[in-house]
Amino acid sequence: MSAPDRNPTDQISTDRESPDSHAGELPSQSGEAGFTALQSEAPDSPAALLARLRDALPQAAITLRSNPGPAAQHSLLVEPADLTDVCRLLRDTPDLAFDFLSNVTGVDWPDPAKADAVAVPADGEATTRTAGGFLEVIYHLYSTSRRVGPLVLRTRTADRGDHAKIPSLVAIYRSAEFQEREIFDLFGVEFTGHPDLRRILMWDEFVDHPMRKDYVAPDDYQYEPTPHDAVLQKAKRHYPAQQ
Amino acid sequence: MISDLSRFSPSAAPALDDDQLLHVSLGPQHPSTHGVFRMNVALDGETVVSLKPVFGYLHRNHEKIAENATYLSSMPYTDRLDYICPLSNNWAYAQAVEKLAGIEVPERAEYMRVILAELTRLINHTAFAGFILGDMGAWGSALMYAFRERELILDLFEDLTGARMMANFMRFGGCRNDLPAGWAGKVSALVDGYGPFLDEMEDLLIGNEILLSRTRDVGALTKEVLINGGITGPMLRAAGVNYDIRKVEPYGIYQRFDFRIPLGETGDCYDRIMIRFLEMRESIKILRQALDQLPDGPFVHPKAKIRNFKPPVGEAYARIEGPKGELGFHLISDGSANPYRYRVRPPSFINLTLLEDMCLGLDLADVVVILGSIDIVLGEVDR
Repeated sequence: MSAPDRNPTDQISTDRESPDSHAGELPSQSGEAGFTALQSEAPDSPAALLARLRDALPQAAITLRSNPGPAAQHSLLVEPADLTDVCRLLRDTPDLAFDFLSNVTGVDWPDPAKADAVAVPADGEATTRTAGGFLEVIYHLYSTSRRVGPLVLRTRTADRGDHAKIPSLVAIYRSAEFQEREIFDLFGVEFTGHPDLRRILMWDEFVDHPMRKDYVAPDDYQYEPTPHDAVLQKAKRHYPAQQ
Repeated sequence: MISDLSRFSPSAAPALDDDQLLHVSLGPQHPSTHGVFRMNVALDGETVVSLKPVFGYLHRNHEKIAENATYLSSMPYTDRLDYICPLSNNWAYAQAVEKLAGIEVPERAEYMRVILAELTRLINHTAFAGFILGDMGAWGSALMYAFRERELILDLFEDLTGARMMANFMRFGGCRNDLPAGWAGKVSALVDGYGPFLDEMEDLLIGNEILLSRTRDVGALTKEVLINGGITGPMLRAAGVNYDIRKVEPYGIYQRFDFRIPLGETGDCYDRIMIRFLEMRESIKILRQALDQLPDGPFVHPKAKIRNFKPPVGEAYARIEGPKGELGFHLISDGSANPYRYRVRPPSFINLTLLEDMCLGLDLADVVVILGSIDIVLGEVDR
């Protein structure tokens, strides 16, 4: 690891000596040509992207979900089976180039009606199917080269139990690695194909998923279960299998 | 585009059998005091063949706490995420709620936010310079100078917010209180003195032989891998990727200021240190302009609701260029007083994704420098 001899002072294009030759300058310093918020006009509106995705992947079930709030960040609802195809296309198509998966959010929806209120289906399109609720994973994608975003993708598990599975995006976006582990840990979504799916914030022996809406917090982790009646009852509620 | 990411697969098998390797548990009381972070490192001699970070020692499920609290009562909790930079966290959260509820921010509050955020950037990058020298064995002296300057800024924060660090200062639609009399003048004086301090600090560091040999060509990855790994902030720009949210997606009033985005060349640890010095020079420029232009007017929107605040149903993702990278908040409202879902996109946590990739094949001593160059705060990593 012998470093090539280089002058340490000009390693980074500094602005102090030659302010006009700054390599880091953006094309537009005042920012007017900077960024396209994805939600407004074509060709980067979610509706336009939806049309392109449907053209390229005719077998995929993708629908537009509108956001009723002032933020108006509309999203595309993708079936888990199509998720990796959609993301690969978004990343690798040169004029889309969504190369940066910024954020992955897990959400627990025991009541599907609430999910439809936040992400409203278009007229005539089916509302959410599962009666017992589901877990949802929301992805915020950006393009660093084209400077557009966020493209909001959402995908939903079949239920909140054994079929809470979603394909992992780690092979496409490495930034999903820890975030998917976190959602696995706190929500209990199994990301199939994840190379290292372990708990990340809770300890390995922990048995529940604390971010679920129906999670019952124990009174006291340190002494649990204690012999006191009230605490013991609460601990039993928490670990029904051990009764 | 990215043809082969398998080289960076975390499950890549080491060359030797497991029982021929030396397994070292670095931490959780890491000697460089980055916090309670642990790394399980497997060594072949001095060479790192695998590195598994272990998280969660500071986990209190901030996001769950926020779901059980009103929007405003999460504001003090955001101070404790990246506790070096509470005011940036305040801003990121306030901005997300403003987007969620469609709240306007008056001009004076926007300027106050920019001033506070850039002062916070100075604090963070200055402290970083001290910490990274500590990682290289120069424990104390650089950190002492860094903390001397940091304390001057914290004094200003105390004047303004009542607290050195846990500011709890931003509100949805503005700030909590107005600037005290004479405060802007004090900031101007501090900003005028900061350039000479940076000159002094750079003199101390840049040509230092130990720093050069410990940081050059250590921990560099290619641009494509960094973007794919979700790395943001100075780490990304040190590799030459021109992506600063203040320019790319200007929030607040950043489009009004004349400043530049410093870029590195190789993305090694040396560039990561230098990029932070250059960013501080740009922050000083922004501060000067903001102090000059600071208008009169209300510091919070007159119609902003403090009590019984209920944003409409919907969701919003908003992000700022925090000192450590992209700090985002994703909020989902079901129309009630508490967020249905409150998600922090923590730059410290996601910047650790590629820690193993940066360290593989290097010496154990380089791991400490690389970890320092990522600039993490465990309050934000573990949440």
